[in-house]
Amino acid sequence: MFMFEKAIVGSRRYWVWVACLLGLIVAGLLAYLRQLSYGLGITGLSRDVTWGLYIAQFTFLVGVAASAVMVVLPYYLHNFKVFGKVTILGEMLAISAVTMCMLFILVDMGQPARVWNVVLHPTPNSIMFWDMISLGGYLILNAIIALVTLRAERNAVAPPGWVKPLILLSIPWAISIHTVTAFLYSGLPGRPFWLTAVMAPRFLASAFSSGPALLILLCMIMRRVTWFDVGREPIQKLGLIVTYAMVVNVFLVLMELFTTFYSGIPEHRRHFEFLFVGYQGQAQLVPWMWTSVGLAVLALLLLLVPRYRHNDRLLAVACVATFISLWIDKGLGLIVGGFVPTPLGTVAQYFPTLLETLITLGVWAFGLLLITIFYKITLSVREALAY
Amino acid sequence: MSMDRKTFLKLGGCGLAAAVAGNKLAGLVQIAGGQSAPGEKTLRASRWAMVIDTRKCQRADGCDACIRACHEAHNVPSIPDPRREIKWAWKDRFEHAFPELETSPLPGDVRERQVLLLCNHCANPPCVRVCPTRATWKRQSDGIVMMDWHRCIGCRYCVAACPYGSRSFNWFDPRPYIRNMHAEYPTRTRGVVEKCTFCEERLAEGRLPACVEACPEKALVFGDAADPNSEVSQLLREQFALRRKPELGTEPQVFYLL
Repeated sequence: MFMFEKAIVGSRRYWVWVACLLGLIVAGLLAYLRQLSYGLGITGLSRDVTWGLYIAQFTFLVGVAASAVMVVLPYYLHNFKVFGKVTILGEMLAISAVTMCMLFILVDMGQPARVWNVVLHPTPNSIMFWDMISLGGYLILNAIIALVTLRAERNAVAPPGWVKPLILLSIPWAISIHTVTAFLYSGLPGRPFWLTAVMAPRFLASAFSSGPALLILLCMIMRRVTWFDVGREPIQKLGLIVTYAMVVNVFLVLMELFTTFYSGIPEHRRHFEFLFVGYQGQAQLVPWMWTSVGLAVLALLLLLVPRYRHNDRLLAVACVATFISLWIDKGLGLIVGGFVPTPLGTVAQYFPTLLETLITLGVWAFGLLLITIFYKITLSVREALAY
Repeated sequence: MSMDRKTFLKLGGCGLAAAVAGNKLAGLVQIAGGQSAPGEKTLRASRWAMVIDTRKCQRADGCDACIRACHEAHNVPSIPDPRREIKWAWKDRFEHAFPELETSPLPGDVRERQVLLLCNHCANPPCVRVCPTRATWKRQSDGIVMMDWHRCIGCRYCVAACPYGSRSFNWFDPRPYIRNMHAEYPTRTRGVVEKCTFCEERLAEGRLPACVEACPEKALVFGDAADPNSEVSQLLREQFALRRKPELGTEPQVFYLL
């Protein structure tokens, strides 16, 4: 079923890797059982910082999921053949990322057993309602598309005609998932840090650089540890996409900084001060944010100079730098920075706890396990075709 | 606990008398779907509002009768860790209540005043707008921002949306922290959000909110802002009143006299 049988045969190295992931998943599960019985009090969250690591991972991973469109769009809309071998890998990355997003939402809920209430009492005025629809729809779309196109590839036939409209639909749908996720934040009157129209475009730009950067790294890893080589050209084209998106992302961040600091409105300024220099003596995120800035500068340097970008090793460094920089920016700064200073002008601290970190790692491990299984199946199909 | 014997007896007596009267006249409060069933004695209004006179509310002994009355009546736990506190009503510094006036010159002792804070029961509440399950909603009949903690999934979107910090989340089981359990009011479970409900369960029985009744200085005035003859409307016609963050368009229904 779903060609799953191909995922349960593999080399020793494959099984060691799967066992490591399973170990992390079990650790995360045990930590989550503790959270279920005690409550979210096991996390570092508080009255003032009510969302943290979980929601930040969710936000970051929605971007990774949306970025599949960066391979789907050139391949299917522009018939860009170079992406023929990576398109399905992008879609599978999207499936894994959306699954992680849903798990992160679930572990962040105070009453996870009541999650069905969102469906029982549909509330169109809540952006969370639309986020559920867009994420759920995106998951289903990509699952169908990936399965059908992989089956067609296995049987060496063209994918059935009915799947083309679904693929076309998945393109605007990918844009929608990250736009709606940005609206979760940018529509709140009492949170000046998030109250910016540039939030959704910025989300998309950072997604379209961090997602393809991850895809490049995954392709490079596959080249190392498997027989499969996606080839130089798709990686270089993805590198170009990372470059453009990263430039746009940094540009939008600078727009944000200009508006905030030239207008000088204290309520807006203070959040950036908290993140980059500290506010009222609280500077817990300052080293992180400057690391993010440093990595972004390094990434831009390596990406913008063609000589560096064309070098696979340097491109890999650029992709790692891009990914970590944007993970810090979205995974730490965006959420905590929106809560501090509080609407009452006070500062609060947030440090994730060990259990919270284990749960987070567990969800990531589950996502990586999905990617591993999906890529294993794909590679097995292609290996069978090659001989 | 800072409560002298006299206040304790007074409060206890009031509570007991009220409980007995309540039981006799209206039976136990029936809270279903997050709200109490109205009866003959129910106090009604088109738009409930509160006026807080910060001048009267400045007793030298640091009076907190309103907060204690509220928290006792609603089984609000006393959690020592301020990061995990549950607060339906609390006092805070003037500049925290009105951060936009932080650098403005203010007359007299205004800046030193402690200000009573609670849910503003906004006419245009952002918390209600964002709730994905309608576990919090604006009651059309009287404008109270209601809360059904049996439906709440604990996503805390409303906490992020509230510009006033008026919502509390139960980070763990609150019951061990409740000092005097009142059987007639429900307790909450871990993982749900709660807040002030303008004592809708007392209004249903014909009683004023617990904080209003408990204030020894009569600094809290509660009434129908839509009725021009109510005391609330009269006060707001005669005196200049502040609302918290009016620029956000939430239209708070709690007014502060300076």
